[in-house]
Amino acid sequence: MGWVTPLGRDIDGAWKRLVRGDCAIGPVRRFDAETFATNFAAQCDDFELEDALASADLAKRHQAASLNGRFALASASSAWRDAGLDNAGVDPRRVGVYLGAGEGPPQFADFVRSHVLAWDEDSRSVSGEAFARTAMEHLDAIGELEQEPQAVVTHVADLVGARGPSLNCLTACAASTQSVGEAFEIIKRGDAEVMLAGGSHSMIHPLGMTGFIRLTAMSTRRDEPERASRPFDRTRDGFVMGEGAGVVILEDLEHALARGARIHAELRGYGSTADAYRITDIHPEGQGAQLAMLKALVQAGIDPKSPSEDGRPPVHYISAHGTGTPENDGIETKAVKGVFGGQASRIPFSSVKSMMGHLIQAAGTVELITCVKAIQTGMVPPTINLREPDPECDLDYVPNEARDLRDAGGVDVCLSNGFGFGGQNDAVCVQRYSE
Amino acid sequence: MAEGIVITGIGAVTGLGGGAGQGGAAALLNGLLEGRSAIRPIESFDAGGFASDLASWIDGLDAKGIVPKHYRKAVKVMARDTQIAVVAAAMAAEDAGLVTRVTSEETTYPSERMGCLIGAGLIAAEATEVTSALAPASDEHGTMDLRAWGEGAMEKLPPLWMLKYLPNMLACHVTILHGCTGVSNTITFGEASGLLSIGESMRVIERGDADACFSGSAESKLNVLGLTRLEQAGRIAQTRGKGLNPSERSEENPVRPFDPASSGQLLGEGGGILIVEREQTARERGAKIAARLVGFGAAHSARGLDTLRPIDSDENRTNQGLSDAIERALGDAGIGADEIDAIVPHGAGVAAMDRAEGLALGAVFGDRAVPTLCWTPSVGECMAGNGGIQAAIGAIALADGRWPRTPRLAGGRMLGGPEPADVPRHVLVCSASLGGSNAALVLRRAD
Repeated sequence: MGWVTPLGRDIDGAWKRLVRGDCAIGPVRRFDAETFATNFAAQCDDFELEDALASADLAKRHQAASLNGRFALASASSAWRDAGLDNAGVDPRRVGVYLGAGEGPPQFADFVRSHVLAWDEDSRSVSGEAFARTAMEHLDAIGELEQEPQAVVTHVADLVGARGPSLNCLTACAASTQSVGEAFEIIKRGDAEVMLAGGSHSMIHPLGMTGFIRLTAMSTRRDEPERASRPFDRTRDGFVMGEGAGVVILEDLEHALARGARIHAELRGYGSTADAYRITDIHPEGQGAQLAMLKALVQAGIDPKSPSEDGRPPVHYISAHGTGTPENDGIETKAVKGVFGGQASRIPFSSVKSMMGHLIQAAGTVELITCVKAIQTGMVPPTINLREPDPECDLDYVPNEARDLRDAGGVDVCLSNGFGFGGQNDAVCVQRYSE
Repeated sequence: MAEGIVITGIGAVTGLGGGAGQGGAAALLNGLLEGRSAIRPIESFDAGGFASDLASWIDGLDAKGIVPKHYRKAVKVMARDTQIAVVAAAMAAEDAGLVTRVTSEETTYPSERMGCLIGAGLIAAEATEVTSALAPASDEHGTMDLRAWGEGAMEKLPPLWMLKYLPNMLACHVTILHGCTGVSNTITFGEASGLLSIGESMRVIERGDADACFSGSAESKLNVLGLTRLEQAGRIAQTRGKGLNPSERSEENPVRPFDPASSGQLLGEGGGILIVEREQTARERGAKIAARLVGFGAAHSARGLDTLRPIDSDENRTNQGLSDAIERALGDAGIGADEIDAIVPHGAGVAAMDRAEGLALGAVFGDRAVPTLCWTPSVGECMAGNGGIQAAIGAIALADGRWPRTPRLAGGRMLGGPEPADVPRHVLVCSASLGGSNAALVLRRAD
């Protein structure tokens, strides 16, 4: 497992901060967002690719990568090493990559220049002829190509020499829950033995922030950024932008056992659905979300409405999509109740977005990694900033303080949700590995 | 082969036909049979400053005309890419005789048995729309005042501005219109997006996650930023000032796939959406079968990073990843290379790209001459739209029983001019991509 998060890029270090309830949200430093309705975010500030890769030569080879590419390279490099694959001699043709990487940040100043200098006020249109002249001069050809979302996969595949199937999905905020689920399917059907799966995204640039401000999807609590991301709280007013990447190495069990790999956890189920409802709204009953969770649980052999044999709930932790928008959190709560019935209130159900913001296309895999850490440590991370209960949100969100489940049987089974703008929903179920 | 998967509906929207009443896939096949090209001067913007002002574009694209009345407003928040997908999907559903909730509540399949996997590209913001907001906040050097932008200039952008440009909107609008609540995905891998989406749809059906999928891809890079990117990448043929109009003088079409003298490619826009369906349920409902989908393979290139750089025109190396993808697709289909009767390749028309593709095909087929249907001279380079279009071409020609006259490719080289070809039994559809993924499908005649 490897990640780059606003709380750090060391798995255990960032995990400790999550358990402690640290918040990484602060003023935007990457550009002057002072006057923006939302001028704060959770940034990966002290990140240098050179520190993350094994050699300066490697960093040089990938120097043209966009920020998305850099985050993903660092995460993949850590994950590959963590899996002990550095010198394992795996067949490159049996190694694939499936990411949910987002569009690369634009070369903003040159993007603006190319457009604005081609603007003809009289006709209120862009002159193609003038655009061609300014854009050819100002836009960097490689920088433009590197914005293609799949370029992130290209860098990661190059880093590890992967020659198996390579794919990228762009299903918005659900993307890297989906990429993990689909990579899981690729291994199950035998098309690869090892898959690097994950997501990477930064939308902390003027146009990215603008897009969400215009949608009124982000919190505007400019006076208290650290308290702005408050999923499930009655006073929540939108999500807070984060950025980063997460990559996990999925491996065929026999292949992993044969090479004596240490196994973090076992992926057991995956569900993908669409709301097919509206472009701008979630289905009011969370129908698509329910179906995605159910599919993942059924595949994992879990009956969501019954306690397990030892009397514990069927799932021990749900990593919520939990964005902190008024709409999502209420509907996600309804959906979890629909799936788990009477068991729902027994399951810790928290959102780490309260601490590291919404990593958009990277959120799914980063949150899956938190599930694996919960299994390994018996601790469940909290939802911070949850002070005022919302009657609509009446489940156990692990408010403000982490939950220590070590004396209550620990954490063996987790579910991780990811729902995207436009109605694409994904869920994955991960479980403690036992021989 | 575990489960029979078939293609029962084909929708294609290209420069050869995609507007109202033009007939999408049939018009595409007819154009190819007649050797026509849709490449002509660009009219949607002034392209005078680019290396070429020629492209294949869709005349009369009319998403508004095909969506139900209550959904017309939503067309305003659809980028052109999305409109192409929505139109192609409607054509495909109609062709398949598939009843979805657009037409009736008595649908062919329950909504959760319908998947939707539509590949897409990086969608550029419409230049006029975004610049009308950027310009007032910028000085005469084109530098933006971020403070002014934040204070209110950004409000010139409509509230839903960003939603229009999310690549997953192609699939999302199609799921909403047709009521597909099963697996939904948006694969974004340049020219391979469509083939990967169709191949993954096969797998979704095989694993029991759906009975039918809307599957394919669409893209329009026919805008100032899209054209800039491809020209900067060294892919566009220089035609400006040469007075070429290939639609009238096809012998002068500068796009000549696998010809070492080809001067580059020309831009197109379009897409293809197929209805990919479980054979058993398709037969139960009495659907006509256009073609069978019998093999899928994907593989990454060792030299993927090079594809993110401007074309090195001296490059003369194979793309092993493409050979691997084809071998995997053949293995999946359980056939040998000698059983492939025709190829629908990428055939970009960019000499270095074609050399790599030709060498990769040569590695699989040896010196055997295989009829190779090159379609980019007719409908241009449609990037993420390619895969959907290529698969649509293969499927409709198999269904129709007429195969366009094609040259033959042997050992990576074209032999002579177009010749009549027998209707093939097995067609290979394949492509490399910007970014280094490669995908291949094997289609089989239905009988």
